[in-house]
Amino acid sequence: MSTHVFKPDMPPPVKTVGVVAWLRANLFSSWLNTLLTLFAIYLVWLIVPPLLQWSIFDANWVGTTRADCTKEGACWVFVQQRFGQFMYGYYPTELRWRVDLTVWLAVIGAAPLFISRFPRKAVYGLCFLVAYPIIAYTLLHGGLGMTTVPTSQWGGLMLTLVIATVGIVGALPLGILLALGRRSKMPAVKVVCVTFIEFWRGVPLITVLFMSSVMLPLFLPEGMSFDKLLRAMIGVILFQSAYIAEVVRGGLQAIPKGQYEAAAAMGLGYWRAMGLVILPQALKLVIPGIVNTFIALFKDTSLVIIIGLFDLLNSVKQAAADPKWLGMATEGYVFAALVFWIFCFGMSRYSMHLERKLDTGHKR
Amino acid sequence: MHNPPRGLSLSDPRVRAWLFQILTIVFVVGLGWYLFHNTQTNLQHRGITSGFDFLERSAGFGIAQHLIPYTESDSYARVFVIGLLNTLLVTFIGIILATLLGFIIGVARLSPNWMINKLATVYVETFRNIPPLLQILFWYFAVFLTLPGPRGSININDTFFISNRGLNMPGASLAEGFWPFAVAVLLAIVAVVAMVRWANRRFEATGEPFHKFWAAVGLLLLIPGLSVLLFGNPLSWELPELKGFNFAGGWVLIPELLALTLALTIYTAAFIAEIVRSGIRSVSHGQTEAARSLGLREGPTLRKVIIPQAMRVIIPPLTSQYLNLAKNSSLAAGIGYPEMVSLFAGTVLNQTGQAIEVIAITMSVYLAISISISLLMNWYNKRIALIER
Repeated sequence: MSTHVFKPDMPPPVKTVGVVAWLRANLFSSWLNTLLTLFAIYLVWLIVPPLLQWSIFDANWVGTTRADCTKEGACWVFVQQRFGQFMYGYYPTELRWRVDLTVWLAVIGAAPLFISRFPRKAVYGLCFLVAYPIIAYTLLHGGLGMTTVPTSQWGGLMLTLVIATVGIVGALPLGILLALGRRSKMPAVKVVCVTFIEFWRGVPLITVLFMSSVMLPLFLPEGMSFDKLLRAMIGVILFQSAYIAEVVRGGLQAIPKGQYEAAAAMGLGYWRAMGLVILPQALKLVIPGIVNTFIALFKDTSLVIIIGLFDLLNSVKQAAADPKWLGMATEGYVFAALVFWIFCFGMSRYSMHLERKLDTGHKR
Repeated sequence: MHNPPRGLSLSDPRVRAWLFQILTIVFVVGLGWYLFHNTQTNLQHRGITSGFDFLERSAGFGIAQHLIPYTESDSYARVFVIGLLNTLLVTFIGIILATLLGFIIGVARLSPNWMINKLATVYVETFRNIPPLLQILFWYFAVFLTLPGPRGSININDTFFISNRGLNMPGASLAEGFWPFAVAVLLAIVAVVAMVRWANRRFEATGEPFHKFWAAVGLLLLIPGLSVLLFGNPLSWELPELKGFNFAGGWVLIPELLALTLALTIYTAAFIAEIVRSGIRSVSHGQTEAARSLGLREGPTLRKVIIPQAMRVIIPPLTSQYLNLAKNSSLAAGIGYPEMVSLFAGTVLNQTGQAIEVIAITMSVYLAISISISLLMNWYNKRIALIER
């Protein structure tokens, strides 16, 4: 009596496993696909090697002047030499530690907000939101015995970040109010809010900045004048609040009617119903949308170039126009693009992460 | 029985609503009046007379690109029209190119081909995260202005020349065959419409298909072609020629226009690609399977089942991208392309000092553009929207 011994399994055909199978499935599944793959490889070959050659292999990394850039490729010496200007603008060199300190305070202060198990997060967040702007303003602008640095000397990435942050922090409460007003049952309030929102959404930011720089002085009583940066910020806040309002409205509309009815049934008035029941849910829903608006605002801050503020982009533009560094426009813009890209890409990844985290699966 | 109090009481929500609305109106009107009053005083003290009379005055400066005839002695009103036309030109070209590029890249992002898919992803992630103004400045200062001058220009087949003065290309002027050709094109279009109607009616009556597409192509080639053979060319082309330090003859696209359209197209296309991708993704796979089980082949499945449903998701965000493009065309102020903002809100404002009128006109133009694009797209959206029970 002999037991039957199974032969070991044959390995699957080479064509169906490993790299070959992956290549067959993803790159060469049909003649059209093969053609597309070849086209894509050609494109990559056309773009990537010259780009690497220019930006890394043939690039000039060390030196102090333009004359040190002897090789064919990019002259990163320019960016190195002007790095301070790109980051801080004309902020006095010996006081730049104040800007650094402001940034570190923001990072350290905001860190607990991103830790999910931090106790009393809301209270802490509120305190931070009230205290930080005061501290930051004192540090950046001066006061309490520190040398005053007028806003005309602010610039570079620092100015970009200041405008974007003030813009979003100022626009958020205004935007929430506008969104509530737009959904209000009172016709007068509704009309005012809708007109406001649609007006700002219909015009480009550039005209708003123009308006804030040439028309705002006319609107104010005689003798009263504003700092140029503050005027730009007012324009940005008004403009941005309209976009925030639309995002928040989306969140308000997504809250089921039952929640409104339940709040009313509990005997809550309008403000308490909104503040305790509706807004906490709605705002949570729209956090990714708000982050996306912030990304758009961050990119839009580059427009202050038009009214002569020296943000990152304008600093680069100025530096590239310097006769000592003629012909460095490409390096400068590539560097600025990289900085903007890192910020925007990082934030968009964060917003995607939030979207996944906040998606509790109860969407209707 | 307890009767609710009759008089006015603050605990009555209706009374509160009235009060609140009255307060709002008082606030808005008061603010408006305050601003108006301040402006009046300020203008008086600065000796600026408000009003739109300045539009009649002569402008006295040259403009790099004008679609209608213009001389320096023309009025500010004409400058306004030129700026408006230039804005519309950029918006129009930008929308067409960005839509084409965006759809191609959006489809590429859904491709099963790994290389194509990744390339499209890299494109989208790169360009939508860089501010459009930066892209415009890059193309203008780092690319177009660093090109060689007209003498060393990049010569494509002796017809197109790319230099730091822009793109010189053959210019067309009307020739004797133009009017017959125009009539022929019109005739061809009428013939195509008639053919499609006839084919559809026959298809519904008998079920026999007809090669509408190829018939239409044939008609569109045949009738205008005949006109060219009989009456000669509709247009005569003039090639640009290097004379001295610049080109003469033909048409020229100034580098500002090239940089602006290129940057806006590339930037907006990245957003459109994402919209197209999510639109096509939103059509459930069951639809494809259902179409297959009805016996539709791949082409008709795509044309008659997938795309119409995807379009419903695509249209609303696409509209807002078009609006963004129209508004972003104002970034031309950064490189001095003569459109609404740089020409009118920039140069004209500086020359006349009529800040309020100029800004008001500029803003109304953008509002009007925004409203007309959204009305158009809303109308289209309503037409293709799902009609439910």
